[in-house]
Amino acid sequence: MDILNALVAFLNFVVVPGLAYGAQLALGALGVTLIYGILRFSNFAHGDTMAFGTMVTILVTWWFQSMGLSFGVLPTALLALPLGILGTALFVLGTDRVVYRFYRQKKAAPVVLVMVSMGVMFVMNGVVRLIIGVEDQQFADGGRFVISAGDFKTATGLAEGLAIKSSQAITVIAAVIVVAWLFWFLQKTRTGKSMRAFSDNEDLALLSGINPDRVVAVTWIIAAALATIAGTLYGLDKSFKPFTYFQLLLPIFAAAIVGGLGSPLGAIAGGFVIAFSEVVVTYAWKKVVTYVVPESLAPDGLVQLLTTDYKFAVSFVILIIVLLVMPTGLFKGKSV
Amino acid sequence: MSRNLLLFAGVALLFVLTGVFQSWNLSLSILNMALLSAIMAMGVNMQWGYAGLFNTGIMGFTALGGLAVVLVSSRPVPEGWQAGGTGILAGLALGVVTIAAAVWASKRLPKGRKRNLIVALILVGGFVLYRAVLDPAVTAVEAFDPATFGNIGGMGLPSLIAWPVGGVLAGIAAWAIGKTALGLRSDYLAIATLGIAEIIVAVLKNEDWLTRGVKNITQLPRPWPVPLEVDLQQSDAFLGWATSLGADPVTLSTILVKLLYACLFGVVLVLIVWASERMLNSPWGRMMRAIRDNEVSAAAMGKDVTKRHLQVFIIGSAIVGLAGAMMTSMDGQLIPSSYNPLRFTFLIWVMVVVGGSGNNWGSVLGALLIGWLWLIVESLGPAVMGGITAGMSDGPIKAHLIDSAQHMRLLTLGVILLLVLRFSPRGLIPEK
Amino acid sequence: MAEPYLIGDAMTGGYGGADILHGCTIAVEKGQIAVIVGPNGAGKSTAMKAVFGMLKLRQGQVRLDGEDITALSPQARVAKGMGFVPQTHNIFTSMTVEENLEMGAFIRRDDMADTMAQVYDLFPILKQKRLQPAGELSGGQRQQVAVGRALMTKPKVLMLDEPTAGVSPIVMDELFDRIIEVARTGISILMVEQNARQALEIADKGYVLVQGANRFTDTGKALMADPEVRRSFLGG
Repeated sequence: MDILNALVAFLNFVVVPGLAYGAQLALGALGVTLIYGILRFSNFAHGDTMAFGTMVTILVTWWFQSMGLSFGVLPTALLALPLGILGTALFVLGTDRVVYRFYRQKKAAPVVLVMVSMGVMFVMNGVVRLIIGVEDQQFADGGRFVISAGDFKTATGLAEGLAIKSSQAITVIAAVIVVAWLFWFLQKTRTGKSMRAFSDNEDLALLSGINPDRVVAVTWIIAAALATIAGTLYGLDKSFKPFTYFQLLLPIFAAAIVGGLGSPLGAIAGGFVIAFSEVVVTYAWKKVVTYVVPESLAPDGLVQLLTTDYKFAVSFVILIIVLLVMPTGLFKGKSV
Repeated sequence: MSRNLLLFAGVALLFVLTGVFQSWNLSLSILNMALLSAIMAMGVNMQWGYAGLFNTGIMGFTALGGLAVVLVSSRPVPEGWQAGGTGILAGLALGVVTIAAAVWASKRLPKGRKRNLIVALILVGGFVLYRAVLDPAVTAVEAFDPATFGNIGGMGLPSLIAWPVGGVLAGIAAWAIGKTALGLRSDYLAIATLGIAEIIVAVLKNEDWLTRGVKNITQLPRPWPVPLEVDLQQSDAFLGWATSLGADPVTLSTILVKLLYACLFGVVLVLIVWASERMLNSPWGRMMRAIRDNEVSAAAMGKDVTKRHLQVFIIGSAIVGLAGAMMTSMDGQLIPSSYNPLRFTFLIWVMVVVGGSGNNWGSVLGALLIGWLWLIVESLGPAVMGGITAGMSDGPIKAHLIDSAQHMRLLTLGVILLLVLRFSPRGLIPEK
Repeated sequence: MAEPYLIGDAMTGGYGGADILHGCTIAVEKGQIAVIVGPNGAGKSTAMKAVFGMLKLRQGQVRLDGEDITALSPQARVAKGMGFVPQTHNIFTSMTVEENLEMGAFIRRDDMADTMAQVYDLFPILKQKRLQPAGELSGGQRQQVAVGRALMTKPKVLMLDEPTAGVSPIVMDELFDRIIEVARTGISILMVEQNARQALEIADKGYVLVQGANRFTDTGKALMADPEVRRSFLGG
């Protein structure tokens, strides 16, 4: 029995990656849920909005790097983020003006808007691939680790190391800041409250003199910012590849639905539920189990419930269970 | 009517021009893919056009069709089967029993924490058992000559039999999805189908015992009556015929094979169009459209909306599965990594929308037109891009632009889809 | 006779198809209560919505304080001093009572603390529950929130579409009391009511509509006394 080493291994392989991934999913799901609450459709282009935002950020990062600009131990991408958000927000506002506004004024059925968002997805997909290509892009620089496994081992004398990558630490801190700001914005500011009012009861919001165009524009800007931040953090943590971002659509939607579509709090909870389920189910528990059980009982196999290739299955199964058991999600979103 | 004929004639002209200016071989391969896409588009059109169901899992149903071909008509691998066939079957059966037991328990037991606990226990216990039975069997199967086999093989039956089986497999998957996601908001079906498609393809990619995963399954038999090109080239009758035509036997054989495929697919397509038209104009079809146009009032009139939706969802998906099987048997191989949602799901959607949702002929036209566009861009794209960038000095930017010509088609298709949805939402051939 | 403060004059129109209103006239004087009653399908709510600009008139005019506002959008009418409480979906259920009131005052840029205090004086229960989500309140309390929200713009006319639909008789009496109080502060009230008898009791002016046209128009008392109105519309 070696509880301490088991705990460290558990922290290192499950908790830390789960937290970072959960934060990334939560930010993505927040964007989806905001669009759903205010514009009332599931935005299939959100994954590609994340890709677009990340791409702009990467391009700015390269530009900064070529000028010799850096952010010290922090990745240059963080410095580039504001410009990335700006570019994405402008693009997204453009799509709203050119594409979505027409259907909104026509009061088109949500499913038509979903289909339209599919068209936008295609376009963004094409734009991203045209500009930056389909290959993996690594754009993280600055310090690699907050704590490296080796340092941790020397410091504690344990056999297991605990590594915290700076990208993981940055992801969690950035997510906390963004979420705190978002909730402050939605709860305390006039514009934020008007967005909630609009999401709650559109007709009454109009009667109260809330300007729908303004609400919609602010929503798009926030969604673009969330998507860019989520995408950039994901890219720093792993790597940037357009197709991976498209595939993130499923866990992100699962997170938003699990939490309750339209509920920001739910999106965050859903993000972590999905992320931890994925990590727990696809992690090979052999190491942790070996520390905890007596030697004679040590497992031969990997003690892995599913291989990582099936991580999408995890979000999917959770999604199905939620749809079956409580279609409104954990936080009573607007369903049906 | 004459307008529609004109549209079809226009598309036919595109294929003829491709044949004349590029090659007949290319024109026919595009035509074959377009015909298959047309069948898929018909399935999707039933779901969307007749019933308003948004299915984003077309890729998954297509892939299931491909799996059917592997299971039905690939070479048997008796050694692999002996090594673990029964174990795998038992494992899968256990999995099905587990899910059935869980569903049964959740329906029968009174609501509450106790029920949730029991259902969870059944699922967890079942999963452990399933893995305990399946894993050793899978290891045994995959251990047998992994370079050539490592799978359980198929039944070695004719490829034509695999086609309906593909439909059945896709139908079963559609039933399971429909059961859970239909009756909720329309977007939920879209998300659920998007997910199941990813999972089906993940299974094909990773379950080596079933599909050899990324090692691919090749040399699947041709469907009757399509011969192999090599056999043709060795037959005296064919060689004599080629000489009398003054044609190169190799080219002629590939064209003949593609023509046969085109006829075969054309027959299936016509049969499905005929059946769909019958369905659309039957009381069932009228009811479907009534439900689509006003779900609330249809439900108020006592129509079981969810059940009808489930029916049409299964039928539509089965048609997609059938086309998926046809595609794999034409390719002669199953390459799981080639299933890409943009190509197999969203492209089909563009076809349906551009052609005219709700109209079967529209879907066919859309598939032929968009299919042609999609594939011709693949061969013409780099050349066009080269032309556009001819004035630029050589360098990384020019190389990048020429390389990325293929991505232009995503952009183009997106723009086409948006333009059609905006300015001609009823498509080229609108619903009557 | 001087022009009433708000008048929908000889309104004719409908929701696109056949006309629902046929030359219907509804008016309210400053600080008075006007009530629209009539059988189901008489066009009561439609008349109200027409006055508020929620449907297009083919003929007729709406004038507020002598000014023609027929072409204005509902939002613009709110800015002109009209408040409207829809029959259903008239509160933001997920927001607190206080936020509901704030949203009511959205078009105001000045300090609204005074108005909110007045609303709380009028509906003390709302002050108690001001930090609760409005969706968690009882039916009568929700109606108070709805009325309070509309009062936040300091309207000169308050329009209520069946404010007592679905609440108990006791709550109904209380609501009517509050409505009288509102009127006493100088706000004109125009409301549609299903409970014709009780409504006419508090009305300065009553309009009985039948098939989109005025059938009887008189003071509330006179209508209550009219044997024909009693027989046909008040159940004897």
